[in-house]
Amino acid sequence: MMSKNGVSLLLAALALLLCNAPALAGDLDRFASLEGTLDIAGGTAHIPVMNEAAKRIMSFNPKIRITVAGGGTGIGVQKAGEGLVDIGNTGRPLSEEEVAKFGLQSFDFAIDGVAPIVHPENPVNGLTAQQIRDIFAGRITRWSAAGGPDAAIHVYGREEASGTHEVFWDKLLKKEPIVAGANIIQSNGAMKVAVSQDANAIGYMSIGHIDDTVKPLAVDGVTPSQETAVDGSYPVVRHLFMNTKGDPKPVARAFIDYILSAEGAGIISAAGYIPVR
Amino acid sequence: MLSEIWIRRLLGTAAMVSTAAAFCILLVLVTLALPLFTAGGLGTVLSWQWLPFQGKFGILPMVVGSLLLSLGALAAATPLAVGLACFAQVLAPGWIKSPCLAVVHYMTSIPTVIYGFVSVFVLVPLMRQWFDRGTGFSLLTAMIALTLLILPTIVLVFQATLREVDRTARATCAALGFSKPSYIRHALLPLSRRGLLAAVILGFGRAVGDTLISLMLAGNAPMVPGSPLDAIRTLTAHIALVVATDSQSTFYHSVFASGVILFLIMILINLALRRLGGSFAP
Repeated sequence: MMSKNGVSLLLAALALLLCNAPALAGDLDRFASLEGTLDIAGGTAHIPVMNEAAKRIMSFNPKIRITVAGGGTGIGVQKAGEGLVDIGNTGRPLSEEEVAKFGLQSFDFAIDGVAPIVHPENPVNGLTAQQIRDIFAGRITRWSAAGGPDAAIHVYGREEASGTHEVFWDKLLKKEPIVAGANIIQSNGAMKVAVSQDANAIGYMSIGHIDDTVKPLAVDGVTPSQETAVDGSYPVVRHLFMNTKGDPKPVARAFIDYILSAEGAGIISAAGYIPVR
Repeated sequence: MLSEIWIRRLLGTAAMVSTAAAFCILLVLVTLALPLFTAGGLGTVLSWQWLPFQGKFGILPMVVGSLLLSLGALAAATPLAVGLACFAQVLAPGWIKSPCLAVVHYMTSIPTVIYGFVSVFVLVPLMRQWFDRGTGFSLLTAMIALTLLILPTIVLVFQATLREVDRTARATCAALGFSKPSYIRHALLPLSRRGLLAAVILGFGRAVGDTLISLMLAGNAPMVPGSPLDAIRTLTAHIALVVATDSQSTFYHSVFASGVILFLIMILINLALRRLGGSFAP
């Protein structure tokens, strides 16, 4: 597991070196005359996009320092609202209280699907929406009742105010509470680890985070993917937001414009999300 | 003469600052949790169900979770620590004693997240296989990891006392004809119980305050467990989970209530242990 990660990290680093050798500008030009620091924190689904953009910007103009931290949607609102970071990311629209208290401005930049996932060795490839509701509500407790092996279903969920949880709960579970004994996981990354380690697991996570270690389940015959999320056939989607307190300062402004540019759209797609424009 | 005054002042300030900081934290927590103490808020928080989107903000399951996990780990770690410390101090030959203590010393410096991380990949799948019930993320799993985490703290603090007592008592007791085991049983342990008390209090503090072990291993289900193989959520993990996802809604305040309760639990257990320690003093 670790060594595989290590190798892929090395490959990624090499690929990055090769790609970056002829410094392609264009959308990056807006950073040419800027300098300073930019701190970003919040939603964990955003991190791949933020990291890639930060890397490109910092290698284009080393006078700009960008830090990217996670924490979750709540941390994103809190830190941006209190001026501790320049951009706070959220995986859900801000609530009225949050806008009222902090005077935050939201920038919608990507669409993300949230998919039910199981262990790759689980023979079940798809379920109906009703079966998924029954499983998460605790009415179906064994895989044999859903076309799988004779084993208990291990339900993994997320905390109630998580952006990922909110869309899955709202659009797929129809706001039915998750069974009380479900394991609650603290981030998209931790969800992937938990489900990839447990052959009888079912959980849900952002499509952008899914890789070979977990298997997305088709819902009513529709496999969750970027394509089915774009054409609307997979309905469990949400928007990802960057938020700033009041008007963004120049570097943050340039960063947001860059994410919304053509090159930014490329980064968003490569991370597994759908750019909004 | 002047420098002595300054040293005294410096030390006094240091002591005042740290005491004041602890009080300020409690004060801030209480202030922030204050909205809950009005309009039936307290009843909402001190209840048994956590379903925030249905208006149920009960954190009592987390209180139970915290207590079960930390007291369980303490109950497992204390006898182990006493045995280890006595063995290292009295029974072990020199060539075992020093590597043994070196390992314990080293264990205190391993970051909590390492214990959590290794447990997720090793202990959790094992628990799942062995018991064939639940997901492996459970009270018992977290308790095992937490026992390992607080064990070295208790050993080191207790052993510091043992060493002092041993230095003064050993020759006397040997002259009186005590065997080594009965020396430990009748002289060493009774004489160093204050040290043990301090060690246990410190160990409990670490156990109840630990966030990562329970967050990563205990499963975080907000319910009272029916068996050690069920998932639990501790107060600390609850704070971490809610802070990571929410920021302003009404149930955010339950985080501060959790903080106040953690603070109170620490104070109560401290007092209880001190009383216990006082009661068997000569």
